[in-house]
Amino acid sequence: MKHLKWSVAAVALIGWGTLASATETLTMWYHGAGNEVESKIINQIITDFNASQADYAVELQSFPQAAYNDSVTAGALAGNLPDILDVDGPNMPNWAWAGYMQPLTIDESKIATFLPGTKGMYNGKLYSIGLWDAAISLVTRKSTLEALSLRTPTLEQPWTAEEFEAALKAAKDSGKYKYALDLGMAWKGEWYPYAFSPFLQSFGGDIVDRTTYASAEGALNGDAAQAWGKWWQHLFTDGYAQADQDGADRDNGFGAGEYAFSWNGNWAALGALKAFDDTLFLPAPDFGKGPKIGAASWQFGVSAKSAHPEGAAKFIEFALQDKYLADFSNGIGLIPATPSAAALVDNYKEGGPLAVFFGLSNAQGTLRPVTPGYVVQAKVFEKAANDIAHGANVAATLDAAVDEIDADITKNNGYAAQ
Amino acid sequence: MAGPAIALILVFVIAPFFLAVGFSFTNQRLVSPNPAEFTGLSNYRQLLGMGVLHLDPLKDAAGAVVLDDQGQPKLPELRKITRKNPDYPQFDGMREWFSWASGEGRTYVLACDVVFMTAIINTFIFVLVVAPLQGGLALGLALLINQRLRGINVFRAIYFMPVVVSIVVVSLLWSFIYDQREGILNNLLSALSFGTMPRVDWLGNPSTALGAIIFMSVWQAVGFHMVIWLSGLQTISPTLYEAGAIEGASKWQTFRYITWPGLRNTAVLVLVVITMQAFGLFSQIDVMTKGGPLDSTQTIVFQAIQRGYGKQDISAGSAISVILFVIVLSVSLIQRYLTREKA
Repeated sequence: MKHLKWSVAAVALIGWGTLASATETLTMWYHGAGNEVESKIINQIITDFNASQADYAVELQSFPQAAYNDSVTAGALAGNLPDILDVDGPNMPNWAWAGYMQPLTIDESKIATFLPGTKGMYNGKLYSIGLWDAAISLVTRKSTLEALSLRTPTLEQPWTAEEFEAALKAAKDSGKYKYALDLGMAWKGEWYPYAFSPFLQSFGGDIVDRTTYASAEGALNGDAAQAWGKWWQHLFTDGYAQADQDGADRDNGFGAGEYAFSWNGNWAALGALKAFDDTLFLPAPDFGKGPKIGAASWQFGVSAKSAHPEGAAKFIEFALQDKYLADFSNGIGLIPATPSAAALVDNYKEGGPLAVFFGLSNAQGTLRPVTPGYVVQAKVFEKAANDIAHGANVAATLDAAVDEIDADITKNNGYAAQ
Repeated sequence: MAGPAIALILVFVIAPFFLAVGFSFTNQRLVSPNPAEFTGLSNYRQLLGMGVLHLDPLKDAAGAVVLDDQGQPKLPELRKITRKNPDYPQFDGMREWFSWASGEGRTYVLACDVVFMTAIINTFIFVLVVAPLQGGLALGLALLINQRLRGINVFRAIYFMPVVVSIVVVSLLWSFIYDQREGILNNLLSALSFGTMPRVDWLGNPSTALGAIIFMSVWQAVGFHMVIWLSGLQTISPTLYEAGAIEGASKWQTFRYITWPGLRNTAVLVLVVITMQAFGLFSQIDVMTKGGPLDSTQTIVFQAIQRGYGKQDISAGSAISVILFVIVLSVSLIQRYLTREKA
């Protein structure tokens, strides 16, 4: 019934659009096909926008998330991109560099209060903006901390590397857990750089040297990175975490009491709260250069080929209203991009069960390297982290990763902006 | 009449092949604003470059060998030599592939791309194990079901079933079977051994992962080759078997002197097809292990796709495809030569 209603509405809109010749059609691609809640919210925004003015009519085409990036690449190669694109934050520089996207011109005052991770800046220009962000925390239980007599870390005073080590050791020695720490090794792909490269950055290393983005030498194989590698490997060799995890353990292990700590995102937080009333979401430990977690999620931007960039920007600006930010947060549990939107969401308003994530995202969120080469660097980092977890020689693995990243940068003429 | 077919083959087989050869000599990217440039053989050099290096132990001022913490002779650090060392430009960017102790020091075989070398070795291991095993098992099954028994079609259907199911689905199912904690294989082994056998993480352990994938691949495609053998078996004239029976031939003699010679051409076909399919090992890897753990299941095709598509480096992916083409072509020619009709 609902689908019928939508088709009727769509047909009506299209019909109306052809009648009123002044209306320009803007196409939009979105990654959320198959998610009913998400589709409903985005469709609501589009309907509201189309009703609010007569110049533009937005049309939505949804793709499954797993096929979305491939579709954009294929669409771009075929010269067939929509007006409005949806882009995963760390991919944006690659698409901007490749000429898929153009800078987004919206009023800066509109995004002044947005979380830093939601603003897609590249080469000093805004290309994309997110209605939400995601954040990671160290999930545990109050009773666990008490039983192991550990201090509760705070945003102002997170655990130091030593405290974190002591916590893991205490959890392991208690013998009550299968593993002290659930890192989510089961989630391959972007999870590795998103979740684990902030550890490396907290050690003082990085995936690539961000001052030049011309090489990873020294950043990914310098002393800080070697220290990270040894620490990362010891988590597995000392039995604190498992290098191979199956998906079911990742999804249910913490709730089943198999892990004392779980490194997981806000999207899993409600499940953890359901499993235990005393679930705590702790900030990332500080390994020397400050506590860090990954930032940036899906964002909206304007395709380079759009004939009506001002219309596309107008739509994106329209979507940035607090009520839509709140809708997305209520619907799929993401962190609303502004404090005023957070106040509208039960989970994220002051005192809400997930409010802590808003603070985490604001205080610890660190962007993944903002460079077109990130797409490749993420894969290289994933392999290196996985190999080290399985016992590969740390120095040799990091050297090889540096060589691969540097070779890729050279092959692309340094990813110079056009 | 053949027009449409030829056009399709031209567009989807011949043209991509020549494009791949062309791309492999450039720095073509999947996504890039830069035009591709001709780079000669650099992609091939980057993939196949190798070097041999012998390192002698460090000596102190008096000429005595320096020992490390474990009392072993201390060697110069390899990464100091292979990383931007102006004295050894020929080894720049190379990594240790394997090494052995020789004399007082160690001899290293270095490779520009250790992962690709590992992928080549793994693919050859896979082919060398799968080709005889799958061919032999398929023949055994074909002999078993080539009988006039009631309900034999049920068995034929059962053996053939894995072939019909998509390899992606089969791979997913087998990753559940191989699971360390809940996997049926571990449950079975532990029940059979009364709990004495430790639970193995079949796909997570570098020493078992490739074996696990080989086993599963043999099982999956064995039914297909069984059908080919079966068709071969059914072309053998029954009069030959009757003659054999009259002469009092034993079962083995019947097989050796009637069945096997009659299957000659089928055997060549099965061998060549299995070999070519085995060189293309990809789906199982992509679904089950992604080349890990520690590169123990890297394969040539997986690397080609990983680089060409995942890392957006079409030129390197193309170069790998060309190398694979040369390998498969040479192996097929050798097979043709060895199985030729001797005049």
